[in-house]
Amino acid sequence: MGAISLIALLIAAIAFSAGGILVGKIFVKGSSNPQKGQAYECGIPTNTSPWHQFNVGYYLYTLLFLVFDVELVFLYPWAVVVKKVGMIALFEILIFIFILFMGFLYAHKKGALKWN
Amino acid sequence: MFSLEGITTATQDWLLIKFNPTIALAIECVIVILLSISLFALLGLVLVLMERKVAARIQIRLGPNRVGPGGIFQTAADTLKLVMKEGLTPDTADKFLFNLAPFVVMMVAMLLLAPIAFAKNFQIWDINIGVLYISAISSLSVIGILMAGWASNNKYSLLGAMRSGAQIVSYELSAGFAVLTIVVLTGSLQISEIVAAQENGWWLFKGHIPVIIAFVLYIIAVTAETNRAPFDLAEAESELTAGFHTEYSGMKFALFFLAEYINIFIVCAIGATLFLGGWMPFHMGNWESFNHIMDYIPSSIWFMGKTFFLIFLIMWFRWTFPRLRVDQLLNLEWKYLLPISLFNLLLVTIIAIMGWHF
Repeated sequence: MGAISLIALLIAAIAFSAGGILVGKIFVKGSSNPQKGQAYECGIPTNTSPWHQFNVGYYLYTLLFLVFDVELVFLYPWAVVVKKVGMIALFEILIFIFILFMGFLYAHKKGALKWN
Repeated sequence: MFSLEGITTATQDWLLIKFNPTIALAIECVIVILLSISLFALLGLVLVLMERKVAARIQIRLGPNRVGPGGIFQTAADTLKLVMKEGLTPDTADKFLFNLAPFVVMMVAMLLLAPIAFAKNFQIWDINIGVLYISAISSLSVIGILMAGWASNNKYSLLGAMRSGAQIVSYELSAGFAVLTIVVLTGSLQISEIVAAQENGWWLFKGHIPVIIAFVLYIIAVTAETNRAPFDLAEAESELTAGFHTEYSGMKFALFFLAEYINIFIVCAIGATLFLGGWMPFHMGNWESFNHIMDYIPSSIWFMGKTFFLIFLIMWFRWTFPRLRVDQLLNLEWKYLLPISLFNLLLVTIIAIMGWHF
């Protein structure tokens, strides 16, 4: 099958999830009260919203991830042809990875990988 | 002999004779939908029971043994219970994103089924960029998790989601590099060609030590990517209640739970395809008679056997290693696994170019 199978799979996922949730809705008669609607916090009344600043460390890892993920995408076409092209492809990618690795070492030296 | 390939070709021929091509395609789509839904339900039931049984055996317990013979209906009973539970949405939550998140996670899991070769010539779509497709789609699952954690408006959920996000994106890199080693050796991104390249031996055995290193890296990385112990600090129950799905209950929780197990199945299936030959039987160089005997075992059984072996391995990890701290986890990836996998990729490239593999 072709690309249409992806649409079929998407429909299957939506039908499966929606079906499950709807069946649950049909059987359950819920009650509601103010305590029930609160976000869970060890049983004590919820104190402040978590929607504010959090640790910047996560951003740094995500930025580094972006660099390497784009590298990974560049490596895919290279990986397909490297056997045919031979040694020259290896040297080219060595230069590419060397430059990237320098950047990685720089980030490491700057303390981007330190968790505090 | 029983073979899924025969069934699919016979069905397609019959459909093309009876109906015009458009209706035949539509019927095939319906068959795919039904099959994938039943595969999901079945896998959920089997894997959850397997997890509990493996855990029990490792801890010298019996595990679930009351519902049905040997407890085989335990998960069905649990599912029934979850259906009967009320699906709560917190008043302060972002309701749209909160309800969308389980759908996103399920869609990602379902889309990943497309390029997996379950048996010989039994594949939903043998896409020519199969490996790239898998890594592209599987990285979308982090969106569902972040969405769930953010929309819950719960501190545990948000913390769990942020940890999970950092962890998944980090370990995706070494998983990607491990997958690339096989692409370098095969010279193709198509799943069927990767499997066909392993006809005279699986890459794990043909590719010397670098491929074994890549395999180990892959297993570590996917264990982290699926949030399994020892990397399960995204839902470390002793500190974060349940991580990103703290606020979910009823069927929405069940969907997250199911998607987690389906993801384990999928990454193990991909690992089995890339490193252990997928549906390819175990062949030894030029031992003709031995190879013939191995060919008699259906390809679907080979595939499922390898996949479930890897799943068992990942379940085994859970009871062997203690949980890591978040800084240890990120150190392990960025300071050890990533440089090792980069270097390993170059080693494999040299092996592939010089033709040193078998």
